[in-house]
Amino acid sequence: MNLDSLLPNLGEWLRGNGPESDVVVSTRIRLARNLANCPFTNRATIPQKAETEAKIRDAVSKAELAGKFTYVDVNKLGPLDRQFLVERQLISRELASVLEGPRGVSFDETESVSLMVNEEDHLRLQVMRSGLALDEAWTEIDRVDDAIEARLTYAFHDQFGYLTACPTNVGTGMRASVMLHLPALGLTKEIEKLFRSLQKINLVVRGLYGEGSRASGDLYQISNQVTLGKSEARVLQEIREVIAQILQYERHARQVLLKERKQAEQDRIARAIGTMGSATMITSDETMELLSAVRLGISLHLLDDVPATTVNQLFMHIQSAHLQKLMGTPLDGEERNAARAKYLRSKLRELGGPPRSG
Amino acid sequence: MNPCKYCGANATIHLTDIVNKKRREIHLCEKCAQEHELLPLAPNPQLNLPALLQLLMLQGVGEEWQSNDAPDAVDPSTLTCPTCGLKYAQFRADGRFGCSDDYDAFRTVLEPLLERVHRSLTHLGKVPSVVRRARDESERDRLRDHLRDAVAAENYEEAARLRDRIRQKEAAG
Repeated sequence: MNLDSLLPNLGEWLRGNGPESDVVVSTRIRLARNLANCPFTNRATIPQKAETEAKIRDAVSKAELAGKFTYVDVNKLGPLDRQFLVERQLISRELASVLEGPRGVSFDETESVSLMVNEEDHLRLQVMRSGLALDEAWTEIDRVDDAIEARLTYAFHDQFGYLTACPTNVGTGMRASVMLHLPALGLTKEIEKLFRSLQKINLVVRGLYGEGSRASGDLYQISNQVTLGKSEARVLQEIREVIAQILQYERHARQVLLKERKQAEQDRIARAIGTMGSATMITSDETMELLSAVRLGISLHLLDDVPATTVNQLFMHIQSAHLQKLMGTPLDGEERNAARAKYLRSKLRELGGPPRSG
Repeated sequence: MNPCKYCGANATIHLTDIVNKKRREIHLCEKCAQEHELLPLAPNPQLNLPALLQLLMLQGVGEEWQSNDAPDAVDPSTLTCPTCGLKYAQFRADGRFGCSDDYDAFRTVLEPLLERVHRSLTHLGKVPSVVRRARDESERDRLRDHLRDAVAAENYEEAARLRDRIRQKEAAG
């Protein structure tokens, strides 16, 4: 498939209208699975990886899955296309550029379900949803897992559960993550306190791009650490309880902002729009920060005329591979900053001039 | 002063973990902690706690063995998986298994590690449907054996109870 055909669309998880979408951007659940009697990916030879890939592709193509799935052979993709799939969160950075040999990803047309083949584990299933939707995401991934398992034999141990290449995933193989936009907690410096309390209960906070990445644009992912000894339902319930608390804190902090410094916030948001509408060079980090202000402005009703979906679209399109595809040419760092500014200017013009602030 | 685990310089980051009265420590200098992505650069205030813990745990496993002078103790570094040939020392170095049989091959040294990561040693939750069916089947077989014994012993009350449970299982399965 020509990946450029994905460019005009956004995955459904970015449509920005799921439950609690004023704070929760998206929900993601992944399951790690391995085939019985095949060496794990890191110890498999090229022919063994090819065999695993063929088995999984065959099972996925015959499995009763909702939606139409496309398989992309990541091994045959160029670096730009790989980066493009990473930005759309359809594949991991590891699958894109660390791992070698036969590997790929199958995903549906709404980009809600992605099935990575020969990642650290033979099969990594992922379901994405807009807003806070842990139950929905679990129901879906459970069904996809059942459909595939009906055609393959997974490595499963009576005591340890689903066996994985890394012992930190063994058991359920499940990692559930909720992506949160926490600008007000960030502004009021309460966020560090929150993170310390999360660590005590075995939940992990990460920046936008997963492990080791730093928070960009006030976006944080909260996910479970433990996979052995707690059922999926219990882990999801623990996350749900924590998210409910964070939602409360963030909304409270936003109300305080509105009460104590509404004018300063209005100014900050108007300046963000102004910068995006007139800059001629802009980095992605700066854009993420400005978009964070705009996102906050929308949720506080300080800004009309900008739909949340547009912010999500900008958020996706200003990333390097998307930008290069939009411009139709490879760009180096400086050129990207110029192209990003140009793209933002034209998008803001499309929105009909400087949006009124209310 | 404790030396840094990696470079031996004076450590400024000290992590102590005490579980079941066993104490483990790691000492790092700031430079090495950042190089190993354990301490992200400012402005992110967060330590990479999962990675630090993993480091601590892997270190702990070796030390536990060293302090164990029992003559029949197996040196974990000599353990090798008969299926994929992975040596335990290699697993310790990159933290990844080579095949699903490693879980049994390294079980003795793996269990303390799992206990530290997950605070548990036994899976709870989803089971593949093929395994679930096999488990249900063997449970029904076990009940049928008991039923036969109960009838032979003319313990009809018990037999009736077992018969009901078997019917229940059959209806559910």
